[in-house]
Amino acid sequence: MLKVALALLPGTLVQMFVFGAGVLLQLALAVLFAYLLEAGILRLLRRPLAPALGDGSALITAWLFALCVPPLAPWWIALLGMFVAIVLAKQLYGGLGHNLFNPAMAGYALLLLAFPFELSQWPNPKQPVSLEHAVLTVFTGALPEEGSWDAIVEATPLDRLRQLTTAGRTLAEAYADPTLGTLWERETSWIALAHLFGGLILIAIGATSWHVPVAAIAAVLLLTGPLWLFDPDHHPSPFAHLFSGAFMLGAFFIATDPVSGASTPRGRLMFGALFALLTLAIRRYGNFPDGVAFAVLLLNAFAPLIDRLAAPRIFGARR
Amino acid sequence: MRVPTGVRNFPGGLSLDHHKEVSRAQPLRVCALPERLILPLKQHRGSPAHPCVEPGDRVMAGEPLALAGEGLSASIHAPTSGTVLAIEPHPTPQPPFTPEPSIVIAPDGLDRWRKLAPIPRPLEAPAERLIARIAEAGVVGLGGAVFPTAEKLAVPRELLIVNGAECEPYIACDDALLRARAHSVVQGARIAARAVGANRILIAVEDHMQAAHAALARALSEIIGPPAPAGHTLHFEEREGEGRWLSLPIDLVQVPSRYPQGGERQLIYALTGREVPLGGLPRDIGVAVINVGTAAAILDAVVHGEALVSRVVTVTGGGVRRPGNYQVRLGTPIETLIAFAGGYREDAARLIVGGPVMGLALPHDGFPVTKATNCILVLAASELPRPEPELPCIRCMACAEVCPARLLPHELLRRVRARQWPEAESAGLSACIECGCCDLVCPSHIPLADWFRFGKGELGARAEEERRAREAKRRHEERQARLAREAAEREARRREQTERLADPAAVSSLIAQARARRDQTPPE
Repeated sequence: MLKVALALLPGTLVQMFVFGAGVLLQLALAVLFAYLLEAGILRLLRRPLAPALGDGSALITAWLFALCVPPLAPWWIALLGMFVAIVLAKQLYGGLGHNLFNPAMAGYALLLLAFPFELSQWPNPKQPVSLEHAVLTVFTGALPEEGSWDAIVEATPLDRLRQLTTAGRTLAEAYADPTLGTLWERETSWIALAHLFGGLILIAIGATSWHVPVAAIAAVLLLTGPLWLFDPDHHPSPFAHLFSGAFMLGAFFIATDPVSGASTPRGRLMFGALFALLTLAIRRYGNFPDGVAFAVLLLNAFAPLIDRLAAPRIFGARR
Repeated sequence: MRVPTGVRNFPGGLSLDHHKEVSRAQPLRVCALPERLILPLKQHRGSPAHPCVEPGDRVMAGEPLALAGEGLSASIHAPTSGTVLAIEPHPTPQPPFTPEPSIVIAPDGLDRWRKLAPIPRPLEAPAERLIARIAEAGVVGLGGAVFPTAEKLAVPRELLIVNGAECEPYIACDDALLRARAHSVVQGARIAARAVGANRILIAVEDHMQAAHAALARALSEIIGPPAPAGHTLHFEEREGEGRWLSLPIDLVQVPSRYPQGGERQLIYALTGREVPLGGLPRDIGVAVINVGTAAAILDAVVHGEALVSRVVTVTGGGVRRPGNYQVRLGTPIETLIAFAGGYREDAARLIVGGPVMGLALPHDGFPVTKATNCILVLAASELPRPEPELPCIRCMACAEVCPARLLPHELLRRVRARQWPEAESAGLSACIECGCCDLVCPSHIPLADWFRFGKGELGARAEEERRAREAKRRHEERQARLAREAAEREARRREQTERLADPAAVSSLIAQARARRDQTPPE
């Protein structure tokens, strides 16, 4: 688990660099609430505290959740998110190893449905918020220096793209718009790049298998590549998809969760490819800008079926 | 059968530290005779042997003490000359360590033998004769499975594999035997091939067994002629016209050191690329596998007329003073063997029969060495694996990656724990070879193989129960059918009689017949 935390560091640091100290604050809050809630529910369930608190899984759950939350989201978002993740999705299902759904994504998705406003207020990456301001906003809701949310918040690239294309612009025109910019002008792409780097470290040290991320990335290239080559005015490039939103984070750190994902090698390939397919479909046709959380949760429900279909041939069984 | 050259990697498996240097450094030594020999009547797969001696009888070495029982079984012989003291229950080194009927012998120290007549020119003898002799000598598989060898060789095969791939750490009894008796192993293998009708022999050793390999290569060169090397193998083939048994090529193959390379199914796959069918036996694909010790025992039985009365046992581990490989008479108490190996060190902490992975911890050392005992491992306190608390399974798949049966042990575990037997069966429980690789790699320290052993025991018990129920049902139905048939026959007879008696002419003719019979019988 500590290896996963280590591999999350590059992306987290870049996200802090882009959005300011609020990222660190959200991380601290989520970790704090995760451990408090986990200790509490374990006491209520009369389960031993030490093994569950010592396995590091709550840390990863809190960390993944915090990376998905806007840095200036109110403090109770972390509290409610961790309640759903740790208490409902994890411990009430039987604790580590028994949870059907990825706890971090269960927490995030439920809160996104319940509090869409709070969870979509991403500040302008060009003006990182200082720690003081972040603390003030997170705990009191007050905005620094008589600003308004409108002045601070800026639509995420995926949101902006949706707005511009819905307004009838071609992709080339949208990218030329200063509020969007080309792929590498967008700070969020750097975060995705850093997660790719961290994810490769994770595979290199053997902490996760390559199956899910490789299948997911290959599926994005195969699904969007031909469309983009055929009609680049209406279809974003595969790279725009790979480095937008939470795709990289999801492909390397969330869809690879062994507990809630598929476990057989072929199953993991299927899981990764379906993760990419669902994420793209939700981005394109859904009501939410990004589809990572919903794609993961839907697939979690299908993981046992996928494993059944993809079980390896037992030694000596007929081919 | 076409045997492809080259060696494949079987699925899964682990590279383990082999820890064999210590016991390997010493030459094979002969363990002294103990004061008492204890011979369980069941030292083999199948039914126990029936005693054919009584307390007070004097016996010679090699004389039968108990004859093979019904079905699959094997005879037991006196390991040395002496007196039968008792036939009484004695704890055996197999779980649940319950006392089993055993023959106790007091050796007289003279070690006088009564041997069987050697079979002359065994490579030209009929297979039935060889198999009968192997059965008579009580030979069973010495690799640990103790399957009666005669039974195995009675089903003709094309390929004979001689298994010297001793893959479990610490165990070096096959290695020691090969270094001391490579000649006997090769000759025994040729006799086995003759008995089973094989037209090809593969002898496999792991690649760390350099001295054993060299000894085998030397023996093969002396017996057959110079080899033709090809990759991992040395190919020996007798040329026609030399007056010896012709056209039986023998390949000496080095296989990678990878646990469980010596597993029957794994070795067959590594050497031939063929998988023994699920639920089947090597005989289903025309292969027989015998251990190198078994090959030597076959030679002793056929050529020297000696029954199986001793075997090589590795005594090793940090808890014993003089680790090494010992030729031990069957029935020798483990206690005596350890004393002969210098006794325990102060820090001896655990006594294991078998290896560290698949072996079994013993509660004390009063058990006898049996045909199945390949290794006595005494681990020092410092060598014990640190007991780690068991954590929940997070489906990390480490177990599935090392499973040689290509199972999903984590899925199987769930079903065995929930005692969902049909589901466990369909997930491949019976395909588990209990190698314990999953245990070794599990980051949550779950004793998976223990669960699977338990599950397989339950499956076996359930199958036996079902078989009995079917049997009872069949008997019941047969009885019902017989009763119905008899009733029908009675009814038919009665009807026939009634019909005949209805005709007055028939009645008077019957009376006439009866009178004639009466008149014919001579008066007294």
